[in-house]
Amino acid sequence: MALKGRHINPKRFDRGQIKILLILLPLTLFMALPIVFIINHAFKPMEELFAFPPTFFVRNPTLDNFTKLMKFSRSAGIPLSRYVFNSLAVTVLTVGLSLLLTTCAAFAFSKIKFRGRALMLQINQIAIMFVATAVLIPRYMVISRMGLIDTIFAHVLPLVAMPVALFLVKQFVDQVPDSLIEAAHLDGANDFQVYWQIILPIIKPAIATAMVLVFQQVWTNMETSSYFINDESMKTMTFYMNTLVNASNGVAGQGVSAAASLIMFVPNLVLFIICQSSVMNTMATSGIK
Amino acid sequence: MTANIRRKRSAIGRREHNNPSGFLFAGPYALIFLVFILVPVLLAVILSFTNFNAIQWPSWVGFLNYITLLTSDEIFMQYVLPNTVIYAVVVGIGGYILSFLLAWLLCNLTRGVRTVLALIIYSPSLTTGVAMTVLWKVIFSGDQTGLLNSWLISLGIINEPIVWLVNTNYLLPIVIIIGLWSSMGIGFLAMIAGIANSDESLYEAGAIDGISNRFQEMIYITIPQMKPQMLFAAVMAVVNAFQNGTVSALLTGNPSPGYAAQLIVNHIEDYGFMRYEMGYAAAVSVALLLIVQIFSKAANKLLTEKD
Repeated sequence: MALKGRHINPKRFDRGQIKILLILLPLTLFMALPIVFIINHAFKPMEELFAFPPTFFVRNPTLDNFTKLMKFSRSAGIPLSRYVFNSLAVTVLTVGLSLLLTTCAAFAFSKIKFRGRALMLQINQIAIMFVATAVLIPRYMVISRMGLIDTIFAHVLPLVAMPVALFLVKQFVDQVPDSLIEAAHLDGANDFQVYWQIILPIIKPAIATAMVLVFQQVWTNMETSSYFINDESMKTMTFYMNTLVNASNGVAGQGVSAAASLIMFVPNLVLFIICQSSVMNTMATSGIK
Repeated sequence: MTANIRRKRSAIGRREHNNPSGFLFAGPYALIFLVFILVPVLLAVILSFTNFNAIQWPSWVGFLNYITLLTSDEIFMQYVLPNTVIYAVVVGIGGYILSFLLAWLLCNLTRGVRTVLALIIYSPSLTTGVAMTVLWKVIFSGDQTGLLNSWLISLGIINEPIVWLVNTNYLLPIVIIIGLWSSMGIGFLAMIAGIANSDESLYEAGAIDGISNRFQEMIYITIPQMKPQMLFAAVMAVVNAFQNGTVSALLTGNPSPGYAAQLIVNHIEDYGFMRYEMGYAAAVSVALLLIVQIFSKAANKLLTEKD
């Protein structure tokens, strides 16, 4: 009986967990409700959107809102596919570049001794608390001075360096034993081979986590489209969705906007679900000591 | 031959102290970091000492912007600062405590159930920004077609629909509730990982040493073990609490009616992009960056001194 102290990570269900479920389930329900609602709303036909009293669940689901969404953008001159393409291109480029630079830097900061390393690490640590919206204006000045306005670089480059991602990946690289790297060096491997053949395979979970983080940042980002891009055909889905939400205050527009919201939300969720066990694995080493 | 050996030796020596490939690997990240994070921050600091309207060359005004901010910006002192503090306390500290409790409760469940519930609780943080605005507009709509109004009327709690998004009494609470709802992000995940990976044998030892309930177990065994994760989550909570402003601006407009839900981020946008007083906006930005630093430092102190 005295050894019954272990409650964390139970292997199987016992009666004590019912109490906890009774507390957690209502809270979880509250968290889930808005998302359940937006899913239902996106599939509501016109008469249900106008229904009074308003309904929560959809009764006769249709894809009307999604087809209307396509038509809306066609009438605006720029097809929806263009925004989708922009978003995909920007997201893939940013995530790819960010992962490459972040893992390289994490390797250097963790395993290579060079002058200025401690200082650079410290600056990155402080920058975890960086609030991007605060420096929107100077960022604009930098980007416009570099001539990047209306180019894809204005979407990509500002979001590539993500201090939190570097921090998390570096914590993970720290766990790779030095002896492994030394052994590789003795076998004649250079630093690039060590990075590519030893570090990268081991830190896969941290890479997945960084990917989730950067993806979330890029996919939902509106600032780059709003402030650094003037050309409508260069803007991203998120931006278009937002104009849609703002333009359609009427009830009719609600369904279309809900459909749009759902389209933006689902990839984010799916990516997280795919990566969730890696993310949890990385989070275990996420501590600041 | 000897030259070759000497070069090899110095290569090993360099690897120990100053390996140039460190610059090669860290360089690209450092460069992007410099150009898009560090330089903008420094520019913001410089701009904050100027008067700049985005057209003419900035003119040096010394501390005038900061003096104005502290002494004569009534909107900032009366609405923005109190709103930001209330928002940060409830969403930052409240959200932090809530995320710990939720994480702890979740870790008392079996793995499968835990994963599903954690996913549901985490998913709102994926919706930050624009995507969900339409939803909140439907729920808080000011007439009878609003979901919340309709529910409250049918439950008999209110007789007349409440104009949620115009009535200044409700704006800040609504923005806070939405903020809390979406605050279970990466910090929350770190907490779960921290608790789930705590050393199991300590719980058994604690039980022998007379720890009799789960609350004691949480205070004396779980928390001390996951300090690093607690700190990481705290920093994330602080950043999250201060950088949010989109929800307020999208729901209620910028400036919001009667400045009732105006947060510091909205104030920066208001001055920077609507009034084009960039120098002043930069001063507010610098103030914001400082506030976030101070609060993170405070969290750091609080969590590390408890040992």
